[in-house]
Amino acid sequence: MSDPIAHTGDAVAGPDLNERGTPRPHTKAGTSIWAAAGLTLARDLRLAFRKRGQLVQPLVFFAIVTTLFPLAISPELSRLRDVAPGVLWVAALLSSQLALEFLFRDDAQDGTLEQAALSGQSLSGLLFAKTGAHWLLTGLPLALMAPLAGLSLGVPVASVPGIVASVAVGSVALSLIGSMGAAITLGVKRSGALLSLLTLPLAMPVLIFGARATELAIKGESYGPPLELLGALAVLGITLAPLATAAAVRVNLE
Amino acid sequence: MTLKAENLHLWRGDRHVLQGVSFAASEGECLQITGSNGAGKTSLLRTLSGLMYPEEGTVTWRGQGIRSDLLGYHSELAYIGHEPPLKGDLTARENLHYWIGIRWPVSQGETEKALERVGAHGWSDRPVRTLSAGQKRRVALAGLTLMMDVPLWLLDEPTTNLDKQGQHLVGALIEEHLSRGGLVVAAIHHDLSVRTTAMRRLELARE
Repeated sequence: MSDPIAHTGDAVAGPDLNERGTPRPHTKAGTSIWAAAGLTLARDLRLAFRKRGQLVQPLVFFAIVTTLFPLAISPELSRLRDVAPGVLWVAALLSSQLALEFLFRDDAQDGTLEQAALSGQSLSGLLFAKTGAHWLLTGLPLALMAPLAGLSLGVPVASVPGIVASVAVGSVALSLIGSMGAAITLGVKRSGALLSLLTLPLAMPVLIFGARATELAIKGESYGPPLELLGALAVLGITLAPLATAAAVRVNLE
Repeated sequence: MTLKAENLHLWRGDRHVLQGVSFAASEGECLQITGSNGAGKTSLLRTLSGLMYPEEGTVTWRGQGIRSDLLGYHSELAYIGHEPPLKGDLTARENLHYWIGIRWPVSQGETEKALERVGAHGWSDRPVRTLSAGQKRRVALAGLTLMMDVPLWLLDEPTTNLDKQGQHLVGALIEEHLSRGGLVVAAIHHDLSVRTTAMRRLELARE
């Protein structure tokens, strides 16, 4: 190691110090975190629509799984109706996992994640926006597709609002749980299996309450309580997951 | 406005990458970090940026440890690593709109001007993945021109993949930044073509 360069002294008066000797704030007004998050969300959506293959992959997987079940079990609608909550939720859970591995990986590889971390914006906020984009691209379409898959499994039309609501709310929690796993495994090559191993146990409550809400909706009973628990899990995820995700990303950027 | 590193020690596995690096650089100065491959130039820049945590030592900016207000420090810092931070599926214009836009609002006119200045105007609507390495680097330089008001620039091999003209452009951008009272720390292999007396050098030796 070379000799260190001589110390040049402490802060000196200069063009960015005001009359009182304190640093002048940045000359340009910064972007608010809301605007920065909006830009992140818009950019991720634009990127996703330019890679349509990746965009439809979870939906195609969901459609295949829910279509194959009647062939494997029985064409009898009463039997299919009984297993429909489990089928819909397992398929939704696995579909939402598909794109998770790439949630932060591309950005880490091309250096844009590093720039986000150095932007002076809250990294949690920016990563939350990325997770929001993931939900808009997988969770929301799955919630809209689930009733169609449900109808093919013999569920009554009256249960559609309950199915949409439970998958929509539950998938918020799944995306947030997944974002933590994606951030933790960011530095691991071919992290798909590890990611599933980390996130599936955390996703179990979502699966249980989601399937219960769907089952009650199919039976025509009140699905409010399990849906509220799903909502509570989503709120818990919104509160904690971005912080954990940002911390894990920072560790992996080191 | 001083960036000061004191006794930085950084280990990567069993490699002692930074061994007690100390320096101080003030506004209007350009500090060139030189050294052979693997000497720790990139690690030093990443440590100065706050991306890496040294095992020992401190980095201070304006007299305060950078970790006491990391977001504030980052808002005064522009860092460009080895690879230009660009998304291959977005155009140069879209990349700049996001990259700079998350820091402060940037108008289309400003983006156009920046792209024009670095000679990237002709390909600003093409997806970045279709550009050559030198063209991508010029797009990154356009980002740098939009960050002229950011006091501290940390640049990792800023002239990589650039032709002579591009290298002079890097020199001109650094000169302009220094003349505005900015501070530049650049890891380089070759001398930067910067006409300033405020150029200093820190040589890192490999372990």
